[in-house]
Parts: sequence; structure tokens; C-alpha cells
Amino acid sequence: MNVRLYLWQRATAALMVPLVLVHIAVIFYAARNGMTAADILSRTHGSIVWASYYGLFVAAASIHAAIGVRNVLAEWSPLKDRGASQFAIVFGFLLAGLGARAVFAVVLS
Amino acid sequence: MLGDLSVSLWRGGKEGRYETYSVPQRQSQTVLDVVTFVQRHIDPTLSYRFACRVGVCGSCAMTVNGRPRWTCRTHVSKVAGSGRLEIGPLENLPVIKDLATDMEPFFEKWQKAQGVFAPSKTRHETIEQIRPDSAARRLADAAIECINCGVCYAACDTVRWNADYLGPAALTRAWTLLNDERDAGGTARLQAVAAAGGCHACHSHQSCQELCPQTLNPTAAIAGLKRRTAAAYLKGEIKA
Repeated sequence: MNVRLYLWQRATAALMVPLVLVHIAVIFYAARNGMTAADILSRTHGSIVWASYYGLFVAAASIHAAIGVRNVLAEWSPLKDRGASQFAIVFGFLLAGLGARAVFAVVLS
Repeated sequence: MLGDLSVSLWRGGKEGRYETYSVPQRQSQTVLDVVTFVQRHIDPTLSYRFACRVGVCGSCAMTVNGRPRWTCRTHVSKVAGSGRLEIGPLENLPVIKDLATDMEPFFEKWQKAQGVFAPSKTRHETIEQIRPDSAARRLADAAIECINCGVCYAACDTVRWNADYLGPAALTRAWTLLNDERDAGGTARLQAVAAAGGCHACHSHQSCQELCPQTLNPTAAIAGLKRRTAAAYLKGEIKA
């Protein structure tokens, strides 16, 4: 890992700290108030705030996880830096795609 | 009489095996004493490395009961509670023969980390006054007593997993020089340690600081390098 990847990974980690805390608070709020999936979707539908919030979360998680997976592969698998980077890029886009699909389903569908 | 120690020593090169010897136990006996006894009295073909015998030169590090240690200052009584010693060459370095490793990769990485002092003045200029209590000098002093024994390098998991990783000793040396106000090689050094295999590869497992015979803290030095390189990168002084 070089300094650029290091900064991206630490910056996305720092960004995710408040995002995770709010996410967990929302889960508790929804569970304690007995909200159904329909209740939740009615509140999130069309919300730019929730779209932005979880869109940012997905982007940060995808970048953070991809860099981490790259490091694990580079150290623990036969893949060298180049192969690990290629795998991590694909993995990051896969996470981003799956996350974007979920955000889309919650906010726009 | 304290009885005999059962001592297993690595014999051979990369491919080899442990052979067991019986060595008389003595008061205040060091692990290096044990190895020397085998070489002088049992098998003169045993290869190992030492020089000063008093913890200054950093030549005699070996793996003792699974942990890298400076053998000249490691008392048998502290590491062989069961009366058994297993002594092998340092890990993470190529074995030349028996207990002697090739230290070349270790010192090559010192060079790669720009571990050489870069003078900022000529001999014709006045000598710079350095205050011993200045913040930079305190940081430099904290890591300057490295004896290049290779214990931290052998103890490091990241070195084991990543052949390109510069290792705790080379990075600690880089940190010392970065904090030396007389040194002019700062930017090149930051660039060297910010590349792949540099300080950001460290996982902070802290085996280096746990086992350093000089009780230095390479993990703290590497953390300092991470901060310093990150700031330099954000300012555009170095490139990724």
C-alpha cells in the first residue's frame, strides 16, 4: 500500500464512522417503533437526503473494502500487486453496483 | 553442578534439520555461550556469527525458542525454563549455513529507505548547534540506538508476508534522519518510504517493539512516518 491508497482507506474509514452510527440508530428507531418495510419505504421514497446518505455510504464502503481486499490478496495470495489491484477494482465496482441497486430500490422504486 | 541443557541447533542451509546436543548448564550463561560451547567442544563445523559479546555490535541475533533475540545478552535461565533450548537462524532472511543468515536484504532495504545521512553543509561551514531538548532531536534520539541486529525484521509478520516491505529497522532509521535537523535528504526519504512496501504496509502488530533488545519502538517511528508522508502527499511535496 502506498500513501495514496493509505489516505483513501483512512479517509473513507473516518467518513464511515458517523454514517455507521446513524445507520445503527435508524435501525434501533425502526425496530423499537415496530415499523414495517412498507412504513420505512414510504418515508424513504423520493428522499434526496436518504439517497445522498446511503449513496455516500456505499461509495465509502466500496472504496474502503476494495483497498483492504487488495492488501489481503497482495500479502496472502499468490497474486502480486498488479493482479491484486485488478481484482480489487472489480470487487469495488461490484460492491458499488450492489449498493447502488439497494439505494435505488429504497429511494426511487 | 546445574546439570545439562538439551540444545537443538539448526544445521544446514534452507533445507536442514535440528540436531540436539547436551551442553553443561552454568551460572549466568548466555545463549551465545551455549552456541559457542557446541562449536568449541562438540562440533567445530557449526557456523554462527558474533563479534562483541556485549550487546553493541548486533551480530549475534538468532531465533531462540521461537523468538528472535540477541543471544549475547539473553540469559539461558530466562528463556529455557524447561531446560531445553531450540536455536535457529533469524527468520525472514536467507540462511547461509546453520545459524548464520545473509543480512544483505536487510541492509539493502536500509539503502532503499534512504537510511544514509545526507549532509546539508560542507566541512567549511560552521557546525550547526542542535539543542538536545528540542522536539525534533528528542524524536531522533528516541530511535537512534538501533544496533542493526535484525531482531525486529525477523519478528515482523509484514516482512514475512510482503517481500518488498522495508521493515521496522530501515523505517526507524528513516524516521531518525527525518528528525535530524542537519540532514538534507528529507523529501527523497519521504518519497522512498511512502511508496509500495514502505511505512503504510505496516499493520502495527508491534512485535518489533516487543522484541527490540534496545527497547526501541519502531511502531511509533513508523506511525510518525505515516503522518509525515500523508501530510507531504497532501501538500504535493511527494507523489504516490
